[in-house]
Amino acid sequence: MEPFKPVKSIPTPLDKVNVDTDQIVPKQFLKLVQKTGFGKHLFFDWRYDKNEKPRSDFILNNPQYRGSKILLTRENFGCGSSREHAAWALLDYGFRVIISSSFADIFYNNCFKNGILPIKLERKDVDEFFQTDSEIEVNLEEQTIKTKSHTIHFDIENHRKKSLLNGYDDISLALQHEKKILEHERNSKYSSL
Amino acid sequence: MPKTLFEKIWDSHLVNKQDERSLLYIDRHLIHEVTSPQAFDGLRTNERKVRRPDLTIATMDHNVPTTNRSLPIVDEMSATQMQVLEKNCKDFGIQLFDLHSPNQGIVHVIGPELGLTLPGSTIVCGDSHTSTHGAFGALAFGIGTSDVEHVLATQCLWMDKLKTFEIRVEGKRKNPHTITAKDIILYIIRKIGTGGGVGSVIEYRGETITELTIEQRMTICNMSIEGGARAGLVAPDEKTFQYLQGRRFVPNNYDQCVDDWRENLKSDPGASFDKTITIKAEEIAPQVSWGTNPAMTTDVTDIVPFPSDYARGNPDEEKAAERSLEYMALKSGTPITGITLDRVFIGSCTNSRLEDLIEASRVVKGKKVSSKVRALVVPGSQLVKRQAEKLGLDVIFKDANFEWRESGCSMCLGMNPDILAPGERCASTSNRNFEGRQGFGGRTHLMSPVMAAAAAIAGHIVDVREVDLN
Ligand code: SF4
Repeated sequence: MEPFKPVKSIPTPLDKVNVDTDQIVPKQFLKLVQKTGFGKHLFFDWRYDKNEKPRSDFILNNPQYRGSKILLTRENFGCGSSREHAAWALLDYGFRVIISSSFADIFYNNCFKNGILPIKLERKDVDEFFQTDSEIEVNLEEQTIKTKSHTIHFDIENHRKKSLLNGYDDISLALQHEKKILEHERNSKYSSL
Repeated sequence: MPKTLFEKIWDSHLVNKQDERSLLYIDRHLIHEVTSPQAFDGLRTNERKVRRPDLTIATMDHNVPTTNRSLPIVDEMSATQMQVLEKNCKDFGIQLFDLHSPNQGIVHVIGPELGLTLPGSTIVCGDSHTSTHGAFGALAFGIGTSDVEHVLATQCLWMDKLKTFEIRVEGKRKNPHTITAKDIILYIIRKIGTGGGVGSVIEYRGETITELTIEQRMTICNMSIEGGARAGLVAPDEKTFQYLQGRRFVPNNYDQCVDDWRENLKSDPGASFDKTITIKAEEIAPQVSWGTNPAMTTDVTDIVPFPSDYARGNPDEEKAAERSLEYMALKSGTPITGITLDRVFIGSCTNSRLEDLIEASRVVKGKKVSSKVRALVVPGSQLVKRQAEKLGLDVIFKDANFEWRESGCSMCLGMNPDILAPGERCASTSNRNFEGRQGFGGRTHLMSPVMAAAAAIAGHIVDVREVDLN
């Protein structure tokens, strides 16, 4: 995985609560067997009309936000199914950062596995970003979001920060514990079928 | 120090710790066609093996057709996904219950049936409703595809420790045939909200939970994820041990295991939970969802709410409710029982087991589905289907003009041909009523199997308590 670098962009404001993974990438696109190419299906049912023409009233189709790398949204983003296709679609579309007041667990985890940084902020800070329409800069190393006028600090679990900044591979890390894994297997009641 | 059931299972599966993270051992890994292909790709790219193919079990459920299985699969992409799974299982030596296996079925239905789900074990699957297996006192949760790859390669997962959430359901339901496990869990989600359980494992306790059958406990644990929780748990008891006895994959020294489980697998008296709530069973009526998330649910005797009443001062929720009503084409103030239907779906990993079908068949017996409704029963597995047919349930349903199908996820998520047309309204025993979940533009009302069965007959939502049960 590529190490995470600072991101500077206008945030795309998606003003909805409880955005579920069925909306992020509808099921008709889950039949692909690769990880790439999901960006064009992102928010498909909201983004396109019946004839697959872009709907002018959906925020992603607003030219102002073209090329935006930051998605700004509301609480419980990514609820619903465990499909990692949701994270793949966001990444493939170009989002590297998602800001919200809360995320669903599995989705939150899936983001990190794909080099996306989900940032949890206080509701009032999220509100404030919804009011502004200018570029912001996200710096993971410093754990800051800088706007024109000020800087906001965000929290993140240390190991997640380290992993994202270095582009670590979790599997390799786990395999370093081989001896302990074997030891566990030797003592386990559930170790065979 | 007294420990909760969750803490006991967690501690006994902890392999190591590093950077505040825990490396947790996974005892059983269930896989299916939709969330596994990219994981196997990852293994191949990195030249890695499956560490424990013997602890990995595969089935096909999400996009399998539920019509005649001797016919070729029409949807090419679905067919490809199934072929890819077959090849992956062959290449890596994993046991697969494919489309034609007598054990095929929804992954969360066949796990317990086969005795793969064991008390005190850890179970994962690339599917959020893995929480179902918690009904046996197993720590079971859904994972994304990267984690599927991780478990295939290492049989472990890196985890942050979850919080504990105790939900007590106390007292007696007025009538367990009409106030079902589905009503209990929908009522709980309505109370805690879709984000109420985020970051936690729910342990369901109390008199009402103890009285439930194992299949009913599965319905409850299944929808833990709809309340935002990663997993649900019920401490195992004699019913659990009896249910599993003699099943195909239970350990050879089963009796010895049971002794150990009986002794250890419960929260110690005085163990503390991060959060606790109590629900009174007497307060629960049959539940029906009116909106586009499972917390947008109310009593069948109620009306479609006004967004401001539903939101109780939260402007985001109010906006969401307005949008939901627009999508659902419902007017505030309409009685729930007045809502007319086009389709009825009885199935999904929430409500497609034998007891669900027995209960629904009692409502249906000797009656006919409304001429305006197309109704579908999709058993959760081939085993459920065979058992139901032995009891003659298929005949009861077919006589009433229900379609009787082969097992799979079917209209729960509409990845196969079983979908709603835009604008169609469906009474469904599944677990999600998100926009487009059952088909683009489709409108879903979640409810119990008996409520869905009664609605199919009436052609609109009815209070099953007022229906004559055979
Ligand atoms: S029945 Fe529905 S919820 Fe259950 S595993 Fe299948 S798609 Fe998921």
